[in-house]
Amino acid sequence: MLQSYNPPYNATMVEKVIDAGGIIVGKANMDEFAMGSGSLDSCHGAVINPWNLLTFSCNQIQRSDWCIAGGSSGGSAAAVAAGACLAAFGSDTGGSTRNPASYCGIVGLKPTYGLLSRHGLIPLVNSMDVPGIMTKTIEDSVILLNAVAGHDIRDSTTVQESLTPFTLDHEIDLSKLHVGIPKEFHAPGLSEEVVEMWRATADHLEQAGAKVSQVYMPHTRHCLICYHVLCCCEVASNFSRYTGIEFGLRSGSEESTEELYAQNRHYGFNDVVRGRILAGNFFLLRKNFDRFFLKAQRIRRLISNDFKAVFDSGVHFLLTPTTLTDAPSFNWFCEKDNRSRCAEQDIFTTPANMAGIPAVSIPLRISRRGLPLSLQLMGPHFSESRLLSLAHWLEQQAGFPHLDLDFLDKQAIE
Amino acid sequence: MASLSTSDTFFKSVFPLKLRRAKLILPKPQRIFACSLCGSPQSRSLTKHSSTTQKQALNIADNGKKWQSVIGLEIHAQIKSASKLFSGAGTQFGVSPNTQVSLFDAAFPGTLPAWEQGRQEGGMESKTVDKGLSRGDGVGLMEIVTAPDFTCGDDAASFVKDLRDVLVTLGTCDGRMAEGSMRVDANVSVHLPGDPWGTRTEVKNLNSTRNVRLAIDYEIERQIEILENAGVIENETRSFDAEDGQTVAMRDKEKLLDYRFLPEPNLPPLVIHLDRSTLPSESSSLFVTLEEDGSGIDKICLPDQQREILEKDYEVPLIHSVVLVRHGLYDLFVTLVTHHNCDTRAASAILKTSYVAFLDDQKVEASNSPVSTQELAELIHIYHRGEISSSSLSIVLGELSIKQHLSCQAIIEEKGLWMVSNEEVIHAAIDEVLAKNPQNVKSYKKGKVNQLKVFTNKVIKILEGKANASHVQSLIKEKLDK
Repeated sequence: MLQSYNPPYNATMVEKVIDAGGIIVGKANMDEFAMGSGSLDSCHGAVINPWNLLTFSCNQIQRSDWCIAGGSSGGSAAAVAAGACLAAFGSDTGGSTRNPASYCGIVGLKPTYGLLSRHGLIPLVNSMDVPGIMTKTIEDSVILLNAVAGHDIRDSTTVQESLTPFTLDHEIDLSKLHVGIPKEFHAPGLSEEVVEMWRATADHLEQAGAKVSQVYMPHTRHCLICYHVLCCCEVASNFSRYTGIEFGLRSGSEESTEELYAQNRHYGFNDVVRGRILAGNFFLLRKNFDRFFLKAQRIRRLISNDFKAVFDSGVHFLLTPTTLTDAPSFNWFCEKDNRSRCAEQDIFTTPANMAGIPAVSIPLRISRRGLPLSLQLMGPHFSESRLLSLAHWLEQQAGFPHLDLDFLDKQAIE
Repeated sequence: MASLSTSDTFFKSVFPLKLRRAKLILPKPQRIFACSLCGSPQSRSLTKHSSTTQKQALNIADNGKKWQSVIGLEIHAQIKSASKLFSGAGTQFGVSPNTQVSLFDAAFPGTLPAWEQGRQEGGMESKTVDKGLSRGDGVGLMEIVTAPDFTCGDDAASFVKDLRDVLVTLGTCDGRMAEGSMRVDANVSVHLPGDPWGTRTEVKNLNSTRNVRLAIDYEIERQIEILENAGVIENETRSFDAEDGQTVAMRDKEKLLDYRFLPEPNLPPLVIHLDRSTLPSESSSLFVTLEEDGSGIDKICLPDQQREILEKDYEVPLIHSVVLVRHGLYDLFVTLVTHHNCDTRAASAILKTSYVAFLDDQKVEASNSPVSTQELAELIHIYHRGEISSSSLSIVLGELSIKQHLSCQAIIEEKGLWMVSNEEVIHAAIDEVLAKNPQNVKSYKKGKVNQLKVFTNKVIKILEGKANASHVQSLIKEKLDK
């Protein structure tokens, strides 16, 4: 739909980066309209996880069972992990920044809803979309966040105050921290390796003086189904703009306007996008509105209240896995359709979007398959400064071995 | 196509507040609405919440059955603002296509709506919410819904006219119905006294007060005829065809659109405060206050107050005051009378006819008239002294708008528009007319008094309009009755 579309304006985030002296290198591949968690459903082809290059040579990959990069902002994560750029933006509606960051072994930050401007971000779900920041280190994330955060008159949902730039607290006093481990995040399908890392990290925090305790978030289990309904509803509304009249693909018969719309939308959207539009329009029918949309909104409130209750009880941050496993293989991922995979892959990441709270995925270990393993930290609204300070501490403790592809240059020279 | 969850509550809260405020400054809650056709005053309260006070019109069918009709209105009034509600694009009517479309209006992906902080005229800091479909449009609408309180087309049309006057006076809507600034949907049903109300139909998109009246009256007739013939009224949406004066079914129920609205997530709630005293000290949410700024609403004289003043203080008949107020000539009239000592009757007569026609002709509002108040006053004085006729006065107005450096005296002189003061010339013209029309003279002598008017018009034509009609008529009468 937007393949040949050149936006006539820059996103606020892009403007701010340029103003701060940044250089824009390019745009990254992703799932079509950010719908997916594998970065496989793109009209530009699939995104391949750069960690594959440690196992396969470039020309072997396509024929092998390679690992996916995660999604939907898989291209951004792959670019940062491979060292093609220092930082990248993703869009995070249900985990699209943190999921590929986890699989590609980089830091993926989803800030508080309203901290960054969405002006210029192609919308998926307006009430959950947040521009995400992807870098190799927490330190870099802070630099980028300071450059782009704050009020934007072109996005009414941004915070009214502009953000005061902050620096990481390198002398974090763990004895004053209370970290919660949500019981409900022990989900089926969670790999042994991830559980072990999760437990070890919690123990490590405790040993370092932090208070670590189990917390309960009873409504989390409804999160994905609720997310799916709300997402489809907003998609149905948002995507009515893509008619092929003002911009974008125009490939239909011009016999009648309605026919033109129908054909443009048929050719311009993949099955996943069309499926969500159809479902959303169904949920929003007058007769279904209360049963689906309104109900989902109420459940969203309950999920959000779970977080509030936990944070109000004195817990400062929550420690959870980002993904169930390390990066899955392409063949395994394709055994199920996009929708089933999203419903399974986004399980730990969507709650933060529902509540609008900040969350960061931090790479901590290498799995037995030689792939990155990450954990997620979540905190109350606008707690970025302290959240990232703790994330920085974990990063320092873990000493994660970042992907280094310099050997490819040497091979090329030889 | 997203719409706003806040819109309904917003309208219910903002608009009645304005009205309530407007009502507060009125001496009595009942307001006078002038019936435009007969000029008779009708008492009606502006905010119609009770259906118990309704008077129902009786429509007597051929067989003597008396039908009662019930009408309710839904009015969409475009908010007068320099920019669209959610984008900075302009809102001028009739400019080139696509020159007032922002990227947001064209729904470019990634653009978001933002409350335009554009100043609303009418002395209030307030913004209102777009009702629904906004792609390519995006101008704010006020939705005003009445109780089913009207009984006939004229009744409803009078209300629309008065509402229009109120909105125009407040400066919240330009009231140009022909340009679509105000559109009316009318719900109409009929029933026999004692019976429950009948099934209603909705006539959509009426874009003039005349069409409001004609469409409603047609619809009442149509429904009565169907019921008289044992038919059934369908609950349907109809449109009005102004060409043949009929309403036609627009779409049947099955095809009724389900807009599938959902609350707009891109705009945080807007909190409305009556004044600054209730503002929380630390609030990051968006808010507006209904406080007056410098040109407070209290100083605005609403249309019916204007009419009342015209009637009571200046003895202007209601039928004149309605026209003066509707065309925004109230201030001008008061200035002419109080500052320029113009005769009230002459001033109201000239403003109501020649001046309204002149403004219409020039396609300008009273506030942008090319003729200065000073010159206009002078003209009215001259007219009042009987030195020019009203038709000559219209010519002078036209000339003044082109030759603004000339005084009206100079123009009258140049065009030779002074009244014919030479009685002999008038007598000669009378003689000529009488001689040319012996048949008419005969019929006059037989008692057909209305022939006098015919003669008078002919004489005035000969005199190029430069004579006073009643003076000429009395001279003719004198001559014939001799």
